Amino acid sequence: MNTAASGAIAVTRALDALARDDRGRLLSALIARIRNFQLAEDCLQEAMISAVTHWGRNGLPLSPHGWLLQVAYRKAIDHIRRGKSAAAFGEQLRILFPDEAQDEETDVIPDERLRLIFTCCHPALAPKSQLALTLRTLGGLSTSEIARAFLDNETAMGQRLSRAKAKIAAAGIPFAVPEPDQWDERLQSVLSVIYLIFNAGYTAGPDAGRDLADEAIYLARLLDRLRPAEAEIEACVALLMITHARRRARVGEDGATVALTHQDRTLWACAEMSEGVALLDRAVARGTPGPYQIKAAIAACHVDGDGADWAQIAALYDTLLRFEPTPIVALNRAVAYAEAGRCNVALGMLEALRDELADYQPFHAAHADMLARGGDVPSARMAYDRAIELAASEADVAFLVRRREGLDQPGKV
Amino acid sequence: MKYMALIYSDPTKEPAYGTPEFGAMMGGYFAFNERLKADGIDFSGDALKGIETATSLRLRGGKVETMDGPFADTKEHLGGYYVFDVPDLDTALRYAAMIPSAQFGTVELRPLMDYNPSGN
Repeated sequence: MNTAASGAIAVTRALDALARDDRGRLLSALIARIRNFQLAEDCLQEAMISAVTHWGRNGLPLSPHGWLLQVAYRKAIDHIRRGKSAAAFGEQLRILFPDEAQDEETDVIPDERLRLIFTCCHPALAPKSQLALTLRTLGGLSTSEIARAFLDNETAMGQRLSRAKAKIAAAGIPFAVPEPDQWDERLQSVLSVIYLIFNAGYTAGPDAGRDLADEAIYLARLLDRLRPAEAEIEACVALLMITHARRRARVGEDGATVALTHQDRTLWACAEMSEGVALLDRAVARGTPGPYQIKAAIAACHVDGDGADWAQIAALYDTLLRFEPTPIVALNRAVAYAEAGRCNVALGMLEALRDELADYQPFHAAHADMLARGGDVPSARMAYDRAIELAASEADVAFLVRRREGLDQPGKV
Repeated sequence: MKYMALIYSDPTKEPAYGTPEFGAMMGGYFAFNERLKADGIDFSGDALKGIETATSLRLRGGKVETMDGPFADTKEHLGGYYVFDVPDLDTALRYAAMIPSAQFGTVELRPLMDYNPSGN
């Protein structure tokens, strides 16, 4: 192979690695300088294209990151200069000017990703847009990868991302870490985006395309690095790890979902699980309680060596419901009460949720299970029928069909 | 950046005139105005009379059509507004949360259109 060809391969590899690992960092540094999300993204893209030519000719620069940032920055100034009147440009330049002082290529790129996370997960954006924007800018996923993950077509996802970036500019969503008075609420909004990304990956199963569960763990760990010693962030990482550790056991060889109590514990990733539990202990010791600590504690109770302590789990759900009074939390609380042997109380709780969760598969599955425990087999069968109608995956259908068959053979399920 | 806070509420959920709750709400508005002044925020704002006083108008085929009341048939009505000049949406949200009607109605924040972004 000649040197030119091997050089080109080296350049392509270096750029691929940069796009994957450092895009968020470069993008956030660029947005911090030019204060324009869309322009930053476009200019970084242009800088990467021009790197193919320049690096291919001259080899990798001493600091590839610094080179890209510098070129993207100059392109941004060009765009602003071309697009505005001289007067408007003068105004913009005043904002940009202080940065010119540090106008050399350097690897010491300030990490502005914490600000970027809070901008992407701003509650003024639609929830789905928050997820998509976070994956695009911080996870480095392409628009088509995100579209696939959320079963959207690429055009619609591209439009969603453009609308979100346009709203950031037009509505004045700041590129900033929230002030203390808004911190707790805004952090919860970031954590819920990460959790939803994880869930999307987790339910899709271990072999489905780009792994969103891994992506979510990467984002949660990144957040923990950027803002250390924050109990709720640590608890979120812990929750994801404890859940992720059970991943290989959650679907059986026949493709059916396996209930936690029946999972083969030898398939659990023990190191990941203990790391998660240790992280949760550290979070709780900080003495600043919050919903993610409770969720992680519930996950930890489920995997306890002596089997799940349902009375404890029910008590944790009581507390969680005060933080998050949602029907889903209320449903899980009812299930915990049933498991703890308080089936009548649990059935009463479900009754109150019947309208809100009428089309929610887990509601009917839980209802069926409680009715069966109480000996009402015909009603339980009807509830399983409804749950099977609503089930979203083959694995869930297989699981529910088996439970329904089990109604005729008490003690076998 | 200038934002308008549009204050929507359902009249049946508002405190009634003459009750202690009404007094508390008005006290809240007074305190909010004082707070904006103390923080040096450039602002303006007004309350609107009820929808029973509203008249809507449109021009169709060159002809003026008027009708009684607002067009939108919703429970929550526009009852007043503020315009304040603050650096960003987070600051606007912080102030909007202090508007007493946010406790029973909805406050919608919209940036004002800026036709001359460079200020020249």
